[in-house]
Amino acid sequence: MRLAAGGRIDRARRIEFRFDGRVFEGHPGDTLASALLANGVRLVGRSFKYHRPRGIFTAGPEEPNALVDLRAGARREPNTRATTVELFDGLEAASQNRFPSLEFDVAAVGGLLSRFLPAGFYYKTFMWPAAFWEKVYEPLIRRAAGLGRAADAPDPDQYEAMHAHCDVLVVGSGAAGLAAARAAGAAGARVILAEQDFELGGGLLVEPAHEAWRTQTLLALAAMPDVRLLPRTTVFGFYEHNVLGAVERVADHLPEPPPYVARQRYWTVRAKQVVLATGAIERLIAFPGNDRPGVMLASAAEAYARRYAVAAGRRAVVFANNDWAYYAAFALKQAGIEVAEIVDVRPETAKAIATHHHGIPLSLASEVVAVAGRKSVAGVTVRPRGGGRARRIEADLICVSGGHDPAVALASHTRAPLRWSAELAAFLPGDPVQAERSAGAARGVFGIAAAAHDGARAGAEAAEAAGFRAAAGFALPLPDEAHHTPIQAFWEAGVPGKSFVDLQNDVTAADIRLAQREGYQHVEHAKRYTTHGMATDQGKTGGIVGVGVLAKARGATVEQVGLPTYRPYVTPVTWGAVAGREVGKHLTPTRRTALHHWHLRHGGVLQETGLWMRPFYYTATGEAGWEPILREARAVRRAVGICDVSTLGKIDVQGRDAAVFLDRLYTNTFSTLPVGRARYGLMLREDGIVFDDGTTSRLGEQHYLMTTTTAKAADVLEHMDYHAQIVWPDLDVRFCSVTDQWAQMSVAGPKSRATLQSCVEGLDLSNAAFPFMAVGEGTVAGCPVRVFRVSFSGEMAYEIATPSYHGVAVWEAILAAGRPFGILPYGLEALNLLRIEKGHVAGSELNGQTTARDLGLERMLKKSGDYIGRVLAERPALNAPNRPRLVGIRAVDLSFDRRLRGGAHLVEKPGSSESLGWITTVTFSVELKRWIGLAMLRNGAARKGQRLHAAFPLRNESVEVEIASPHHVDPENERVRA
Amino acid sequence: MHRITCPWCGPRDEIEFHYRGDATVSRPPAGAGAAAFYDYIYTRGNPLGWHLEWWAHAGGCRQWVKVLRNTATHEIKATGKAWDALNKPK
Repeated sequence: MRLAAGGRIDRARRIEFRFDGRVFEGHPGDTLASALLANGVRLVGRSFKYHRPRGIFTAGPEEPNALVDLRAGARREPNTRATTVELFDGLEAASQNRFPSLEFDVAAVGGLLSRFLPAGFYYKTFMWPAAFWEKVYEPLIRRAAGLGRAADAPDPDQYEAMHAHCDVLVVGSGAAGLAAARAAGAAGARVILAEQDFELGGGLLVEPAHEAWRTQTLLALAAMPDVRLLPRTTVFGFYEHNVLGAVERVADHLPEPPPYVARQRYWTVRAKQVVLATGAIERLIAFPGNDRPGVMLASAAEAYARRYAVAAGRRAVVFANNDWAYYAAFALKQAGIEVAEIVDVRPETAKAIATHHHGIPLSLASEVVAVAGRKSVAGVTVRPRGGGRARRIEADLICVSGGHDPAVALASHTRAPLRWSAELAAFLPGDPVQAERSAGAARGVFGIAAAAHDGARAGAEAAEAAGFRAAAGFALPLPDEAHHTPIQAFWEAGVPGKSFVDLQNDVTAADIRLAQREGYQHVEHAKRYTTHGMATDQGKTGGIVGVGVLAKARGATVEQVGLPTYRPYVTPVTWGAVAGREVGKHLTPTRRTALHHWHLRHGGVLQETGLWMRPFYYTATGEAGWEPILREARAVRRAVGICDVSTLGKIDVQGRDAAVFLDRLYTNTFSTLPVGRARYGLMLREDGIVFDDGTTSRLGEQHYLMTTTTAKAADVLEHMDYHAQIVWPDLDVRFCSVTDQWAQMSVAGPKSRATLQSCVEGLDLSNAAFPFMAVGEGTVAGCPVRVFRVSFSGEMAYEIATPSYHGVAVWEAILAAGRPFGILPYGLEALNLLRIEKGHVAGSELNGQTTARDLGLERMLKKSGDYIGRVLAERPALNAPNRPRLVGIRAVDLSFDRRLRGGAHLVEKPGSSESLGWITTVTFSVELKRWIGLAMLRNGAARKGQRLHAAFPLRNESVEVEIASPHHVDPENERVRA
Repeated sequence: MHRITCPWCGPRDEIEFHYRGDATVSRPPAGAGAAAFYDYIYTRGNPLGWHLEWWAHAGGCRQWVKVLRNTATHEIKATGKAWDALNKPK
């Protein structure tokens, strides 16, 4: 119920929202959880395994129970913690993991069968029979034990990535965080203060007595130009080198983001120094029924009363092992909630007098052993610790406090060790590994004033470590009330029953003991076996309790058992935020050639090849399937075609030692290449396997232009950089990529010379003056061009390169010149068809497993001089005679429908499972008018003329093929020299 | 995410770099024989702790950077140019 007065809510405004279809009202300043409690809604979900009714347990991101599907349709977000969802007008939420309804859940019967669902039940129950897994068990488990439902439509919202640098990052805006930010800011440091809540203040938000200090400090921070305050921002990970990740919920508190506003921002913060003022999280106590709706952390009940003006119940019992819980009890009492009793496990407390003063009955050395009520708490059973007369107390709210765990997750991400404090019965951050320090409750310094002083110290220290001089002091809260009786570690009431140590995963203390008995002694093993501490809350409220139970079972100390490793993320992060703008087409850059728009305008069908967009073919109306490809290839074989080959890697190499460098880079020699000539080159990796190939031209005595395959361009450049900078730094050679600077086109076919002769000026293209492999310069349509007489198609061919901005002009001039001959543009598919006919190797053959010899290129290996890969290429196994070797294959059947397939295996007889090799690439040959291909075949050279079968079992196909030379067309190389 | 100080460009994010590996091996002379080349390509120490590594500043100045990194903690003690000698802490 809503209290009559108090709280940080705006009572003047009302917000309407829906939960499971019912309409409720709340106020600005509410979370979904506080608004539900204000409306008397206690049952908010069903548990993961047993479908037990669950209520709101916390008032923060550590919430294990109150997970809801938030919003609807494409914006539906599962597993959202109701305790952190800011209420907005029209908010729609649904409970999870219930069927058919929250009030009546048929699977709750699982609770009755719970002795069949022990720890490790996945491994035990569903082992056998194996065939049942997919059809029966898995759908059953997914239905019964799922959490929320993901949206099934694309996320309509945008997410942004932010990159920030700062001197001091302060995580958390409680007393310690605010003081740290102010101290660092006053020293002149650039400060970012990140707070996961929508209001700054942390624990101060439930301390009306310190409200003036909070406001004053925030005003001071707002006045500092180099201090950036980031509310609604969760720092979720602390990575190496002081890089931290955070997600800012920019528009999550609105029904939907305004136009052009991101829903969330993913921050990557590079901080010189970090102050972790992340506070502490109250822990639960395991006792039978500690999961019933109405059982709640004491701090949460206090927060609902003080911050949200909500009574989480009418009559409360506080069950605690520490003095801090008494403040919660007093706060409830002050808010008008009856506190029936404080049940303290300790024999004494310094708060006894104050308790008496508040008129609250106190039972020392006592424990809660049972909870009455199923969907809502109706009472508790209390007895003296260890045994004795039990009595029932009527109550609808049980406030639990098993102590406070400093929120050490971020510190722990840095691999800073954790230190057990027996005095505080908690793990504290140990010596920092990175440039960070914890402050306040995050390192066990509890209490507003103590935390503020600690924060001011940490902020000043951080600023000094970042190179600033700390300034004079500022006002800090007055010291807290002193004299506390130490906490007494207490994990579990000493009675049998379902005592949960992990509410989200339905893990009980008995499950932990079972895991220990079955050999899962290590905390990491026990965690995985029982799922304790997993899922969205990562065991924030009960992790240490499970460790305590395990320690007792092992006869070890909590310190010896330790905590499981903390890893990012501290709280769940939406995939949308991680992906940011890098979705769909923005995942990778798109590379377009200078002729891209020409292709689009002229029927080019563009597809991605790596990052590049390349025309596969150009369609004329009515053409289907292979028709356009065959038409383009025929044009090249019969007349002339033009193809955009700008994507080939181009590397300009210069320097006194350029020739020596290339001699070492390639297996063949380039120092002997005359100026004005090109040569095909083969490159190995140092392990002797073929790396790349391409033609390299000598443009001047000390000036070469290399080409690489499209796919390997970047790798080749890095390979060259490594060898030039590290292996042979003595060589005087410089090079850089000029791929994007030049548009390049292949003009191929018997009419290619005639075509170019009518458009290239300033260069004699006659066969005598410009033979095969000649390189020269001229102009086309007034644009400078380089002309290379090289051929990939097996026809007489030229490659024309021009600076990219002249690309379209040169291309169109060549097309115009070729029109009398019937010139056609051809795409990547025809290019591939032609090269397969000619038997040129490409990516499918240069696949990182083949040697020069495998490809029939052993003549490319020079006999003398060092080159990369030479020594290891000589290893016997790489030269074994039975290695698969490149051959050509031709279908015996001329039918187009009896096609060959890349990847098919070559076998002696149909049905044989002994593979002799495999087909690397296939095409339908316009010259041979049948399917042909290239293949890697054992003893390939000796099998020429043999007939084998190309088996493709996936499609149950077997096609008879004849083994031939890879050079299906013009093996004598006459056409290219014509 | 690693922050690597390129000796030419200053501190940069790991994503700008390509990792190669061991910077303690160097290419043997041409006539050193197969065993020496085998070691150069395949034999690696896989040390726990300080390790000299090559990182290529591929998304930056294209220079190869020598990095003294701790394989257990990711701490980077020093970075240098290709010819710089970086000493491993004892």
